[in-house]
Amino acid sequence: MTTATAEDLTTSNDWQPLCTRDDLVAHSGIAARIEPRDGPAQVAIFYLPGHAPELYAIDHHDPFSGANVIARGIVGDVAGEPVVASPLYKQHFRLRDGQCIEDEQVKLRTWRVALRNGHVMVQV
Amino acid sequence: MKASNATSQDLIIVGNGMVGHHLVEQLIERGAHRHYRIRVFGEERHLAYDRVHLSEYFSGRDADDLALSTADYYAEHGIELHLHEAVTDIDRDARELVTPQGRYAYDRLVLATGSYPFVPPIPGGDRDGCLVYRTLDDLDAIREAARSATTGVVVGGGLLGLEAANALRGLDLDTAVVEFAPRLMPMQVDNEGGELLREKIEALGVQVLTDRATQHIEDGDTSRHRMVFQDDKRLETDLIVFSAGIRPRDELARNAGLEMGERGGVVIDDRCLTSDPAILAVGEVALWQGSIFGLVAPGYQMAKAAADTLCGGELTFEGADMSTKLKLLGVDVGAIGDAHGDRSPGARQFRYVDQIKQEYRKLVVSSDGKKLLGAMLVGDNATYDTLMQYYANGLELPADPASLILPSVEGAPALGPDALPETAWICSCHNVTKGAICEAIDAGCNDLGAVKGATKASTGCGGCAALLKSVVDSELEARGVEVDQSICEHFAHTRQALYSIVRVEGIKTFGELIEKHGHGLGCDICKPAVASILASCFNEPITDAAHVPLQDTNDTFMANMQKNGTYSVVPRIPGGEITPSKLRVLGEVGEKYGLYTKITGGQRVDLFGARLEQLPDIWAELIEAGFETGHAYGKATRTVKSCVGSTWCRYGVQDSVGMAIHLENRYKGLRSPHKLKFAVSGCTRECAEAQSKDVGVIATEHGWNLYVCGNGGMRPRHAELFATDLDDGTLIRYIDRFLMFYVRTADRLQRTSVWRENLEGGLDYLKEVVIDDSLGLGDELERQMQTVIDNYECEWAGALSDPEKLKRFRSFVNDERPDPDIIVTEERGQLRPA
Repeated sequence: MTTATAEDLTTSNDWQPLCTRDDLVAHSGIAARIEPRDGPAQVAIFYLPGHAPELYAIDHHDPFSGANVIARGIVGDVAGEPVVASPLYKQHFRLRDGQCIEDEQVKLRTWRVALRNGHVMVQV
Repeated sequence: MKASNATSQDLIIVGNGMVGHHLVEQLIERGAHRHYRIRVFGEERHLAYDRVHLSEYFSGRDADDLALSTADYYAEHGIELHLHEAVTDIDRDARELVTPQGRYAYDRLVLATGSYPFVPPIPGGDRDGCLVYRTLDDLDAIREAARSATTGVVVGGGLLGLEAANALRGLDLDTAVVEFAPRLMPMQVDNEGGELLREKIEALGVQVLTDRATQHIEDGDTSRHRMVFQDDKRLETDLIVFSAGIRPRDELARNAGLEMGERGGVVIDDRCLTSDPAILAVGEVALWQGSIFGLVAPGYQMAKAAADTLCGGELTFEGADMSTKLKLLGVDVGAIGDAHGDRSPGARQFRYVDQIKQEYRKLVVSSDGKKLLGAMLVGDNATYDTLMQYYANGLELPADPASLILPSVEGAPALGPDALPETAWICSCHNVTKGAICEAIDAGCNDLGAVKGATKASTGCGGCAALLKSVVDSELEARGVEVDQSICEHFAHTRQALYSIVRVEGIKTFGELIEKHGHGLGCDICKPAVASILASCFNEPITDAAHVPLQDTNDTFMANMQKNGTYSVVPRIPGGEITPSKLRVLGEVGEKYGLYTKITGGQRVDLFGARLEQLPDIWAELIEAGFETGHAYGKATRTVKSCVGSTWCRYGVQDSVGMAIHLENRYKGLRSPHKLKFAVSGCTRECAEAQSKDVGVIATEHGWNLYVCGNGGMRPRHAELFATDLDDGTLIRYIDRFLMFYVRTADRLQRTSVWRENLEGGLDYLKEVVIDDSLGLGDELERQMQTVIDNYECEWAGALSDPEKLKRFRSFVNDERPDPDIIVTEERGQLRPA
């Protein structure tokens, strides 16, 4: 799951604010840096207004090119499942769980993400 | 030895060449390996290999590549394989086969011993370095001998001789072909065709000597051997390969007392039985109705009949067509049926000769002109498949048969796959008819690969590949398995249909289009395609909120993403003309931001290595200096390349730079199904290479010649001359119409070259639409182009003036530091990705 209830946010302290709603780009992605316990990471946040869930947090690092570019890919769906296409070599990754459609060995990290009082929060 | 299983019979196949192996496959297909204990004997070390493509052994294919099968395949089916074990005798009384290794009992025996190369009885023909061309071991010997040779001669100018000559060329020997007959390939071509063939082969650097009978071979002065001919002419060479025909390997049969032909060959009947019904023969050792068949396709048909006979079937060998399609030394040669026209009384001929392109085509037709009896092709086999269908299926010829061999002009009759009868032969190697292909499709094969797997069609010589594909496509379509033309899963429409919908309904956003005519979220196929259509129609800024999520990253950030996630920047330099001070600005910007700098093929400057967050600052400086965006990132007008033209050049006849700048400024910002490249040359010397562009303009004394639909890149295509001596206004009007017609009708990501090749009616149709306005679209196309031109604005200037748009140009929303993973190193004084 990538969404959280309000209760989670108040009872847990590993939720980190990244940006405001205004920083999001509808039907597209932005990138942010986070510091989870296992070391620094870059996260791509995708915003699909009107879709459930609306927000997805997935690794910004593209394992096929080695470049940090996933947030700059085109968002779409494959048979109803939201995906992002890497802008370099066009592999598709499921936004829900990071699974690569073309290569079942490859899966991107995902994080829980939520909107709280106009702030985009990620659980690191 | 006795069979271990009392219920099964012993079947022995002598010979493991192409036909022997095909027999094994045919037997397995019929399940015969479950009733027979099968043993296969091969004299060579190698398992059956592809002898048709033997000369490729010297151009990269090794024995494994040429192999037709594997030892595992034989083992899996319980077939005992005895390679490198020559059979010495057949003991018909004991029904045993004798080899140096032992005796093997048989109930049925098949001779597939093939043939050996004929070496004419010439004194000295057995000298060291006089070789033959038949087996892989022969090729190894040739290769070995070639190590100490610089020249080589092939004796024999037939099919195999020219193959051998190709092999010698592959070994970098100066090669000559010596033929006894007055022309090359005397069986397949006539004098006129033979002369053309000689010219083509000589042009490849191979010396051709016809009408030469070698009298003897002796020590040479400058080379290892000297060949002496009938008229006392001489030829010195280091290496000689005999390829003067084949003779059946029939000594086993002869010694066993089987009925033989007068000039060799084991006599077989229609079921491939020899005079001893326990023994069959197939391939080049077998003599059927007085003929030996020296091609693989008839051999395969015999193998099929023999397999059927051994399994109690009724299939017979009914002779074979000796039509052939070859590529010898890169030269196409084709012969169909009675190619010489000397076997058909009353036959009439059509002949076409092009001595410039070196093509020769001949048709032999029945006296009433309705049936094709034979054909001969030299230099171009493009018409072979069609002619073969007319011949093999007895189809009635078109009213003007000559049209079949004349150079292709628009409207020449084409024989579509649906016009072929069920009995039409598609693959003659594996004897596959159109009917068999239809059966395979009905049995569930729904693509080309599956059909090939099921029928083996096109897995022999491969000559029928194109025909097979067209038949499969046509049949699949007829069954409703049509190739889905939908652009993607979100729209059941083609790009052209979406273009019309957008125009007719005036739809201006992707959201509205997918809501009304599609479903889902869209994807990386339909989103950029629709973005392109919207831009072609309305030319709204692609960075607008409604459009930006549709764009590929290059369009989104108006720069070209490179492999490390940084971008390159290409400002527009119309016509390649730039002032020194603007050129200096490019240098300063490149230096300031540490950008790797390179000159492009389109007369521009490409600045590499800009991080996302640097792009706005870079562009602020470029726009300040008067630059505009160059759309190097878009499926859009790229550049108009030019030569310096009449302004400076002593040869120039028009101002090509002026025209190039005018064109570039007119069409800049036009988005299209794919990128568009232009060029203008100031004279016929064509220094701007306009004939390799989508739109090429070449100056004449009287105006401009317009060329269209050229392409460089992966599949180069020469642009075609579209109109001549145009004045400026007409030139622009034609280009307007041409480009908009392309934008309207092309598929997504289809360059003008491919679009043109798929355009029904071809260039003539395009001229009718653009020049004659046959569709009455001229004004509309021009108006649409004017809309695009009127709505042009520099996308970068627009983005820089809008803080909301600039927000996107951040590598991270929560951190201003650059991406730590972008690491560069220095090379030749510039930075590049580490």
